[in-house]
Amino acid sequence: MRARVLIRPKSGILDPQGQAVERALPALGFEGVANVHVGRLIELDVEDASQVPQMCERLLANPLIEDYEVVELGIDGPEERAA
Amino acid sequence: MKFGVVRFPGSCDEVDALMACRRFAEADLLWHGDRDLGGIDAVVVPGGFSYGDYLRVGAIARFSPLMESVIEFARGGGPVLGICNGFQVLCEAGLLPGALLPNDSLRFVCRQVEVAVENVDTPFTRACAEGDLLSIPVKHTTGRYYAPPGTLPDEQVVLRYAPGDNPNGSMDDVAGVCNEAGNVMGLMPHPEHAVDPLTGSADGGRLFESLAIVPVA
Repeated sequence: MRARVLIRPKSGILDPQGQAVERALPALGFEGVANVHVGRLIELDVEDASQVPQMCERLLANPLIEDYEVVELGIDGPEERAA
Repeated sequence: MKFGVVRFPGSCDEVDALMACRRFAEADLLWHGDRDLGGIDAVVVPGGFSYGDYLRVGAIARFSPLMESVIEFARGGGPVLGICNGFQVLCEAGLLPGALLPNDSLRFVCRQVEVAVENVDTPFTRACAEGDLLSIPVKHTTGRYYAPPGTLPDEQVVLRYAPGDNPNGSMDDVAGVCNEAGNVMGLMPHPEHAVDPLTGSADGGRLFESLAIVPVA
C-alpha cells in the first residue's frame, strides 16, 4: 500500500519559511496570498498502513512542533510520474 | 573522572569537545555504533550534523545503538551534556523538553554571544555564580528553542541569551535547558570552542570544569 504523509508546522509556531514565501509571491505579481506554510511530504510503501501513524509519532514527525496527516493512496508501488 | 564524547557520522565538534574535557579530566571518544559506554562518568553529545540532519535535526541519531545506552545512563542519573546538534538529539530523544526550530532569520548564525547563568544548581554550572555572563560562540541554522506552553518550568532554564543578544528567535531568550532531575543539559552555544583565551574567551570551560568537580558529599 502506498501511503503519503503530510507534515506541517503546528499552527501558532512561527514559520519563517512560510513567511519568506508569502513575501516573495507579491514581488512576482501574485496578489491576495495569505497564510503560507511550508511543510514536508513523505511517501512510502507499507505492508500495514495502520502502522503509519505510529511511525509519524516516533520518527517521521515531531509531534511537539509538527502536525501530520496520513493519506492512504489506495495503490501499490510508486505512482507513475506524470510525463 | 572520565568524560565520554559521542561521535556520530556527521559530528564535527567532537575533537574540540574532547580537548575541552581533557583540560579538566580524562576523556575518550565513543562511537555511535557501539553500545558500551566504557565506564565513563559523564557524556558529551557534541555539535555537528549527525546522520546528515536527514529528516529533522537529531531525529535519526536519537536511534543509534550508543544513544540507547546514553538514554539509559541519563535515566539512571548520569550527567549528559548536549551541545548544539547534541542538544537537538537530546530533545528528540525525549531527555530534554522542547525542540529546536530553524532560526527566525532563516540564516546560519556564527558569532560570539553572551549568555547569563540562570541556574547554578546543576552539575554543569556549579563552578559559576548566579547571573554570571559567559562569552561563548554560537554557530547554527536550527537553534530557535521552543517548548509548548507549560512544559518548561523556569528552574529548568539554565542559560539565557543576554538582553538583545538572542541570535535565533528562541522563546524567552532560552539558550540552555536541563531536565527535571537536573542531570541532562542542552545548549546551543559551543562552550568547547571557548576554553582558551587565545580564541577570545575561556568562559565555556566553566561547564566542563563544573562536571569535573567531584561533588562534596
